[in-house]
Amino acid sequence: MRNAPDLSFPRADLSRIPYGVYHDQETYEREQELIFRGPTWSYLGHEAELPNPGDFLTTYVGETPVILNRAQDGALHAFVNRCAHRGSVVRREVRGNARTHTCIYHQWSYNQAGDLTGIPFRNGVKGKGGLATDFDTACHGLRKLKVQSLKGVVFGSFAETPEPLLDYLDAPVVAHLERLMHSPIRVLGYQRQFIRGNWKLYTDNLRDPYHGGLLHMFQIAFGIARLSNRGGAMMDRRHRHNISYTAEGTDSPDGAKAYEQTARGQAKHQLADHSLLDMRHEWKDGLTLTIMSIFPNVVFQQIRNSLAIRQIRPKGLDAFELHWTYYGYQNDDDEMTKLRLRQANFAGPAGLISMEDGEAIELVHRATARDREAHSIVEMGGRGPIHDQDHLVTDVPMRGFWTYYCELMGFTPGSNM
Amino acid sequence: MIATETRQAISDLYANYAYYIDADRLEEWLDFFTPDCVYKIIPRENAAAGLPLSVMLCENRNMLRDRVVSLREANIYNLHVDRHFISGLRIEAPENGVYPVQANYAVYQTTAEGVSMLFSVGAYDDKVTFVNGVPRFKEKIVVIDTAAIINLLATPL
Repeated sequence: MRNAPDLSFPRADLSRIPYGVYHDQETYEREQELIFRGPTWSYLGHEAELPNPGDFLTTYVGETPVILNRAQDGALHAFVNRCAHRGSVVRREVRGNARTHTCIYHQWSYNQAGDLTGIPFRNGVKGKGGLATDFDTACHGLRKLKVQSLKGVVFGSFAETPEPLLDYLDAPVVAHLERLMHSPIRVLGYQRQFIRGNWKLYTDNLRDPYHGGLLHMFQIAFGIARLSNRGGAMMDRRHRHNISYTAEGTDSPDGAKAYEQTARGQAKHQLADHSLLDMRHEWKDGLTLTIMSIFPNVVFQQIRNSLAIRQIRPKGLDAFELHWTYYGYQNDDDEMTKLRLRQANFAGPAGLISMEDGEAIELVHRATARDREAHSIVEMGGRGPIHDQDHLVTDVPMRGFWTYYCELMGFTPGSNM
Repeated sequence: MIATETRQAISDLYANYAYYIDADRLEEWLDFFTPDCVYKIIPRENAAAGLPLSVMLCENRNMLRDRVVSLREANIYNLHVDRHFISGLRIEAPENGVYPVQANYAVYQTTAEGVSMLFSVGAYDDKVTFVNGVPRFKEKIVVIDTAAIINLLATPL
C-alpha cells in the first residue's frame, strides 16, 4: 500500500532513491504526520535564547508553528502556535517576553505552558451569548510537545511517549553535543536562507561528505577541507544521525594528484587579506570541520572557529528555510568573537564555502521534477551494510537517513521492482 | 547645507556603484571603496536586536577584493543578472569630512532563461569620504529587510 507504483526504493540498502520522493505531495503530507509529529525529537532552540522567565521564541517543527517558552518557574514549555478557537497564529513575533499569549483575533489567551486561561465574554452579556457552561477550558489548550534540553540544546517531540532523548541521539551524537556545548554560549546572530527545493535534498547534502571536497572549491583551494584529509563519518547505532569530520593539514600526496585530475582542481589563488584564514585550535581532537546532522531537522556546524546551529524548516513540498543561529562562548575574549564573526563569511547564504549548496539543491529539485520513477545513485563508499566511514569519499550516511525515513513512512525498501 | 557639487558627486557615486555591479565589472567596482573600508551585509533582525552577526563581512578593501576573486575563480552560484534600484538618497552633514548617507535599494535578479524576481530589499547606511576630491565609500552597511535570502547571495548588494 505504501509504495506508490512510481515511488519505489528498489534496493534494500537504500542505494537508490526515487526522484518522486522529493516531489510527491501526499508523501510530504505524511512526512509532517509520521516524521515531524512522529516518534522523533526535533530541535526547537537553545536555552541561551531564553535566559529569563517569560522569554519565548517562535519556531517550527516541520511546517507546524511552535512556541518555545520559559515559564516564571524557569521550566521550558513548547506548544503549537495556533489558537484553539479559530486557528489563528497566536504569537507573531520571532522573539519576546510575556506572561501570557493572547490571540489577536478574539483575545483568547494562554499561559506560559500553553493552557487556555482567558476567554473574553465567556459568560456573555446580561445572560446572553458567550459559551455554554460545560465548555471545558482544560480541553482546549495549545497542543503541547514533550520538551527536553541537553547541554542547553532544546528538543521537542509530539509523541506521547517518545524514545528517551539520550537513546534517540545515541552516544556519538551526545558526545559531540557535549564537545560543542562545553561551556555557556552566546548567540551572535541569525541568518536565513530560503532554498527552493525539497527539504530532504538538504538532509542528503549534509550526509554526503563526497560533495564537500568537490563542490565547495573555496575550502579546497585554501586547504580548509579536502577529500584527501584525515576525516570520515560517524553515526549512531541506527544510522539516523551523522557526524562528518575533517582534520585539516593532513593531506596526502595522492590526494593532491586526484585533485589535479578534476575540472576545477587546478585553481590557484591567493588571498589579499590572510586574516580570513586565521584560526585558533579549540579542541584537542584536532578536528577543524565537523558537521553533525540530527534526524530530522538540525545540523551543528563547526567550520574552524565558526559555530552555528542550522534548523531545517520545510515550507511546502518545494522549498525550505534554513535558519542559522551563530554562537560563540560567553567566555570568549574580544579577539575570539571577532574571529568568529569574520569566519561567518565561510558559511550561510553568502558563505564562501557553503553558498554552492543552495544552487546544487535547486538544480536537483528542478531537474528531478519529472521522471519520478527514476532514481539517484548512492553508492560512494560502497553498497550493502551501513557503517562508520574512515574517509570522506563517501555518501554512506545518506543511506542511514533513508533507512530510518522508510521505517517511519512505511516504505519497504527492496520490496518493489 | 551641503554644496550642490558635493551632493551631485555623492549621487554619481551611487549611480556608478549600481552600474558596475549590474554590468558585472566588479574588479573596477572595488575602486569605489577606500583601502580601509568596511563592507557589511547584515540582516535587519540582527541589527535591530543589537546582534553583531552579518551575512557578509569585509573589514577592508582587500577582503572585498578576495570576495570578488573567489566569485570569479572558486564559487559556483546561480547564473543571473543583477539590477539595482537605489532611491531616496539622504546625505547628512559631514563629520570630519565624512558624510553619513542613507538610501533604499531593491535588487532584481534575472535568470539565464529570462525570468526576473525581486531578490532583495533593504537600506544602505553608509559613510562617504572624499579622496583627492572624489567620493569613496569608507563604510557600506547594507541592512537587508529580505533576511530570508533566496537560494544564495553571491554578487554584492
